Amino acid sequence: MDTPILEMKNITKEFPGVKALSNVSFSVAEGEIHGLVGENGAGKSTLMKVLSGVYPHGSYTGEILFNGVTQKFSSIRDSEKAGIAIIYQELALIPEMTVYENIFLGNEIKKGLRIDWNETIKRAGDVLKKVRLNVNTETTVKDLGVGKQQLVEIAKALSKDVKLLILDEPTAALNEDDSENLLNLLRELREHGVTCILISHKLKEVIEIADTVTVLRDGKTISTLDSKTGEVSEAILIKNMVGREINNIYPKREKREFGEVVLEVRNWKAYNPSLGRAVLKGVNFNVRRGEIVGIAGLMGSGRTELALSIFGNPLGYQIEGEIFVNNARKYFTHPRDAIEAGVAYVTEDRKGNGLVLIQDVKQNITLANLREISRGVVVNDNLEVKVANEYKSALNIKTPTVEQIVVKLSGGNQQKVSVAKWLFVKPDVLILDEPTRGIDVGAKFEIYTIMNRLVSQGMSIIMISSELLEILGMSDRIYIVSSGRIAGELPIEEATQEKIMQMATN
Amino acid sequence: MSFINDLQKVLRQNIREYGMFIALFLIMAIFTATTGGVFISPRNISNLLNQTGYIAVLAVGMTLVIVIRHIDLSVGFLAGFLGAIAAIALVSWGLPVYIVIPLVLALGALAGCITAFPVAQLGIPSFVASLAGWLIYRGAILLVTLKTGTIIIPDKAFNAIGNGYIPDIPGLNFLPELHKLTLLLGLVALVLFIINEINSRKNKMAYNFEVLSPGMFALKLIFMSALVALITWVLAGYNGLSWTVVIVLIVVGVYHFITTQTVLGRHIYAMGGNPEAAQLSGINVKRIIYVVFGSMGMLSALSGILFASRLQSATTTAGTLFELDAIAAAYVGGVSAAGGVGKVTGSIIGALVMLSLTSGMNLMGIDISLQYIVRGAVLVAAVIFDVATRTSGK
Repeated sequence: MDTPILEMKNITKEFPGVKALSNVSFSVAEGEIHGLVGENGAGKSTLMKVLSGVYPHGSYTGEILFNGVTQKFSSIRDSEKAGIAIIYQELALIPEMTVYENIFLGNEIKKGLRIDWNETIKRAGDVLKKVRLNVNTETTVKDLGVGKQQLVEIAKALSKDVKLLILDEPTAALNEDDSENLLNLLRELREHGVTCILISHKLKEVIEIADTVTVLRDGKTISTLDSKTGEVSEAILIKNMVGREINNIYPKREKREFGEVVLEVRNWKAYNPSLGRAVLKGVNFNVRRGEIVGIAGLMGSGRTELALSIFGNPLGYQIEGEIFVNNARKYFTHPRDAIEAGVAYVTEDRKGNGLVLIQDVKQNITLANLREISRGVVVNDNLEVKVANEYKSALNIKTPTVEQIVVKLSGGNQQKVSVAKWLFVKPDVLILDEPTRGIDVGAKFEIYTIMNRLVSQGMSIIMISSELLEILGMSDRIYIVSSGRIAGELPIEEATQEKIMQMATN
Repeated sequence: MSFINDLQKVLRQNIREYGMFIALFLIMAIFTATTGGVFISPRNISNLLNQTGYIAVLAVGMTLVIVIRHIDLSVGFLAGFLGAIAAIALVSWGLPVYIVIPLVLALGALAGCITAFPVAQLGIPSFVASLAGWLIYRGAILLVTLKTGTIIIPDKAFNAIGNGYIPDIPGLNFLPELHKLTLLLGLVALVLFIINEINSRKNKMAYNFEVLSPGMFALKLIFMSALVALITWVLAGYNGLSWTVVIVLIVVGVYHFITTQTVLGRHIYAMGGNPEAAQLSGINVKRIIYVVFGSMGMLSALSGILFASRLQSATTTAGTLFELDAIAAAYVGGVSAAGGVGKVTGSIIGALVMLSLTSGMNLMGIDISLQYIVRGAVLVAAVIFDVATRTSGK
């Protein structure tokens, strides 16, 4: 039982400007369930990508031993051949195909040149029994719930004779029953000798099921704890996960009096029809004039869904609940309505749905408020340049001219353009979703300084962030979101990393 | 020496923008040489421009359709169908031309909105929605011309649109073989162009933007002025400006203004560049789809009017393959299939390139089979050039 099936030694992986993993050692014993925990960005996913060959041999340093043999995977195919299967949070099934087609996709059973469908269906049935999934193999995958789809994924892995199964946040999208089923299945697989790595934010289930738990933080192995010696508890894990020091990258802000409530959301529920589940289950929160409200929560907890559903609901969720802006009930059916009511939203995905990358800085800055620089329907080019230059100097956007296309700017400067665009609509409430993701420390400091200046001018800010330190460093008040609900509210004086983490992982 | 360096630098940086002009210039020069000057003769150029008209207006509309990442295949037969409706309205219903034209244009806009409906409301791919339109309008032409076959249009005013020329200034007797009003308009255009260029350069300098060096600026002015002067001279030598060219110039002017100067234009290009970002910026993406397809339908109607008027009749096959010529012109003119990129003026040049090829090869007596192959090769070459320069350009 204690011979390691997998040993990763001194793994270091660097991206331009960031050390994602530094000298990580990670060892998994044969036949165990090994929990891997850490904050967002701690390096869990990167480590697993190194293991599975997504980052090929040579792009990292260090050694991987699997079954005692040094492995040099250069693609996922290699690691699959060796018997390693990863099941991602985003399921990799083809929704329009049947269960049996999905299970043997890429691994088809052939008779001559043809696919042997009868044998395929028979074997699919066998492997479905192993995962205790009682559905017809000819069901189309899109007709299954998320929990069952997950089981199909596991069945797919088992059909390839997997020795090491890696599950990345398998229960994030599942309800309690489905989660319990899945954990039971993992126990059963363990009895049949399948080794399993479980990456999860839900510490309770990790403690419940894992034999060993490894904690990563900032790309380093912090500890490996063995449940048999009884030292695994939520408190220890959280302490290991969050033990970072607050450094002085958060600019000081004078304590101010807050004004009246500017934006209030009551009993907000959202149902995502394409996923077929509720993403928000009754959220209440408010923000006052001049206040920075932090919204903390783990990935998939519903933070971004909350922001988007309030901001005119562009994704078309089914919505219940009430929004009040300055105590007046508002109905936002399109982002335009929200903008007109004085709400602005700076997206977490500036490249995907924030900026028009092929257009220049000035065009991006003015896009949401062209009326301001137009006479009638005609855009005043000179005024546009003037406005853009004002924001360029106010936010210190580093670009040779405002006629530079945005794709050529650095991440931090792109983010500033994104912020400038929304400041130009002159909002009362600015929602910032992951405002400092993927930008360097200097640019972060500048963004924080801008935020402080804005609230001192009477704007209200809602900051959604995965980074606990940022939440603690910048907020006046913190809401913690977990599984589509507000799991807690903390004034900044009472907030600690441990408390937030505890609520978020609950 | 620095002049040569400047020239190289400017050409390198703006190869995308100037490439199409240079290509058109080269094609014209080659055909002029191979046809012993017949190609550049006033009569041929005048004909060439008049033939380009009905494709050019489609190419203008198609530019916007492709910019917002859609396609409209129905425009050819829609043009043919609406041309037939115009003929019927004139001949059978006896409506006067000043009612028929706005009526048909309105019908075109309506047809465009109908194509847009499933695209905007249900997310049906425009390829499919407009392919259905292609079939429907093809059937519709046959239906309305079932009894009559080709409808001959006797209306002189209507036929002048595709065949007539603007009148000359009466009472001037000098230069008898030249069209004086055309010369005058050309001169006015030339002066306006130069004033505009100088003003815009001054403005940019006021903002400390990079501008062309004086030498390069002069060269650009001379080159463009020479082009305008040449075209004016050639046209003035043969009946002057045709009404078709006047209409195309107006359409291009209006669309160039909309796309470069107005809020609507900005919204269209932003949506093409990143639809999600556009929506989150408060832009009504559905409305843009209706507007762009509606304008496409209206320009299809215009194309149908130009074509029917040119033939002085509505035929059962009018509009066949117009949509593909328009799409090819747009791509040759630098419109990107990835969306958000492309100029109306570029598409007009694209249309001229394609029509020049046809005209030149016809004059050379090259077989139609080879003509298609050459045009296909030019289309591919233009798009490869466009993609290659997009990554290396500024």
